[in-house]
Amino acid sequence: MTKNPRTLYEKIWDAHIVERREDGSALVYIDRHLVHEVTSPQAFEALRQAGRPLRRPDRTLAVPDHNVPTTARVDGEGHLLPIADPQSAKQLEALAKNAPEFGVRYISATDPEQGIVHVVGPEQGFTLPGTTLVCGDSHTAAHGALGALAFGIGTSEVEHVMATQTLILNPAKTMEVRVEGKLSPDVSAKDLILHIIHVLGTAGGTGYAIEYTGEAIRNLSIEERLTVSNMSIEAGARTGLIAPDEKTFAYLFARPMSPKGDDWEKAVRWWKSLATDEGAVYDKTVVIHADEVQPSVTWGTSPEDVVPITGVVPDPASFPDPAKQAAARRSLEYMGLEPGQKMDGLAVENVFIGSCTNSRIEDLRAAASVVWGRHVADNVKQALVVPGSGLVKRQAEAEGLDEVFKAAGFEWREPGCSMCLAMNPDKVPAGERCASTSNRNFVGRQGPGARTHLVSPAMAAAAAVTGHLTDLRHLAPVKMGETA
Amino acid sequence: MKAVKIVEGRAYPLGESNIDTDIIIPAHYLKTTDRKGLAKGAFESIRAKEGNVFDDPEYKGAPILIAGDNFGCGSSREHAAWAINEMGIEAVIAPRFSDIFSGNAFKNGLLTVVLPEADVERLLEVAKTDPITLDLENQVVTTPFQDRFHFEIDPFRKRCLLEGLDEIGLTLKDQDKISQYEDVLASDRPWV
Repeated sequence: MTKNPRTLYEKIWDAHIVERREDGSALVYIDRHLVHEVTSPQAFEALRQAGRPLRRPDRTLAVPDHNVPTTARVDGEGHLLPIADPQSAKQLEALAKNAPEFGVRYISATDPEQGIVHVVGPEQGFTLPGTTLVCGDSHTAAHGALGALAFGIGTSEVEHVMATQTLILNPAKTMEVRVEGKLSPDVSAKDLILHIIHVLGTAGGTGYAIEYTGEAIRNLSIEERLTVSNMSIEAGARTGLIAPDEKTFAYLFARPMSPKGDDWEKAVRWWKSLATDEGAVYDKTVVIHADEVQPSVTWGTSPEDVVPITGVVPDPASFPDPAKQAAARRSLEYMGLEPGQKMDGLAVENVFIGSCTNSRIEDLRAAASVVWGRHVADNVKQALVVPGSGLVKRQAEAEGLDEVFKAAGFEWREPGCSMCLAMNPDKVPAGERCASTSNRNFVGRQGPGARTHLVSPAMAAAAAVTGHLTDLRHLAPVKMGETA
Repeated sequence: MKAVKIVEGRAYPLGESNIDTDIIIPAHYLKTTDRKGLAKGAFESIRAKEGNVFDDPEYKGAPILIAGDNFGCGSSREHAAWAINEMGIEAVIAPRFSDIFSGNAFKNGLLTVVLPEADVERLLEVAKTDPITLDLENQVVTTPFQDRFHFEIDPFRKRCLLEGLDEIGLTLKDQDKISQYEDVLASDRPWV
């Protein structure tokens, strides 16, 4: 056993201290900064006004994602198409101007490598184990899947990182979320993280850095781990780490921005030393039993409002605490649901497959495998597939997945955040339901009055082809030669 | 940053738990390159309901907001703090705040005060009829009825708020230490 056993979080934290302060806070070095158009313009403007340079443009990467339309961005002749919303256009123009002005690499909306920041970072090898990585977006937690201490920050902190490449932080408490046993093959990483959020509660991780451990986590692919870490913030935790292992190294090997040659060898040696030491103590440990996780769905307006698809809408009176009872009543009113109503069979008018949680190639494969040979139901008015990046999109097209979706009646779109937060034209109309692979079912999140049910990609696909939330384990089989 | 010492006045008795930042400021208001002009979108879905506290003349111009557990959860958008500031609110009291929101609030001189549920319940009652006083220096919330609730605050944040310090300016004084760290990093972990 090591003399002073430390957790993964503590090792990365210790390796990034520029200066410890008497009050317990620390000046912490930031290795990587991802920038998008929504939370950066005020920070760039403040730097400009103060005459401050951006300290390390080489550690910064800018990509537009939140506002970009997911319809065609160039016409048949390759000319840029105008963006209809003048405010979105202005915000996107600001990033296109600010990034080069401050020397930051900018991946434009028409670049084949453009995508959602949290998809682009790992896929470019910009995200590396043992680094500190920030972005003005709460789903930055996603990068923890590769063993990066990654967390979302506000615009003032964005400015602070731009100017100093550091942040003043207090160390977080550590929480181990250990997932023991094996997940059933028809249960996805999304079902697992929804289950975890249900157990922890939406504020259960507040003040903590989570580390996911256990057999079920080790068995996940890197893309599945990205889904799990991504939603840590929905349990209140700014960061959700997973120890880097051989899968992590294999995933990162030869990525465009990954270390090469001798550096790669040195890096892997250091990354291997990061795993939590035997005997290290977490401030809290929560044990999850993988065999209890089922295909799941949210019923309310908080990501903790999760039931298995076989379940029913809970009775608000069944919650022990009066604040939760009141919240549940408000949720049911907003969602147009009654206590006791079955989740299976609830009609949806919209299906969204995308977002930084579930828009990678494995997500699209999972959805396509359900869609293949079937057709989007007549009552579904909008069924979107929005790949997480241009590279994911091209990979999917090379595999013919786009044809499976299009043949079934889905729209095959350009990459971006899209209907996850409805900043671009992709919205769920008021009063309508959406089976969505995104991460938040908040009031108005997918558009004013929109009713969101969070699900996995396969469950979203099953909802699309049946026209209602449904247990994908009970879909009628497709008969060869009789595809719908 | 503007210094904060005492916040005194009426308080909006909102009291709901899990007020996320999409409720505080919906995404369609985020298409701005400015920090201003956000108050008009603040709490839009709550203000759409009749009898909401924000449009009740009783609380007009209140400098304090009292909320339920887990205020500011969800998105990291600092627009939430900017919008609340622009409404004229200088302090929020709740049993718990999301980590990102409380950080954002602090950077904008918006005081977040954490008190136990029972104290928050009491203040929600008082707020319906009477003003509340927050004293940052002494870390205490008082009412005209002899209520006196002590609150904890991070000492660094307290100092910055009381003195209105510019955090970036402070950190830039440590430029040499940052450069030294970068030199060590370049030799120890050259791949970063």
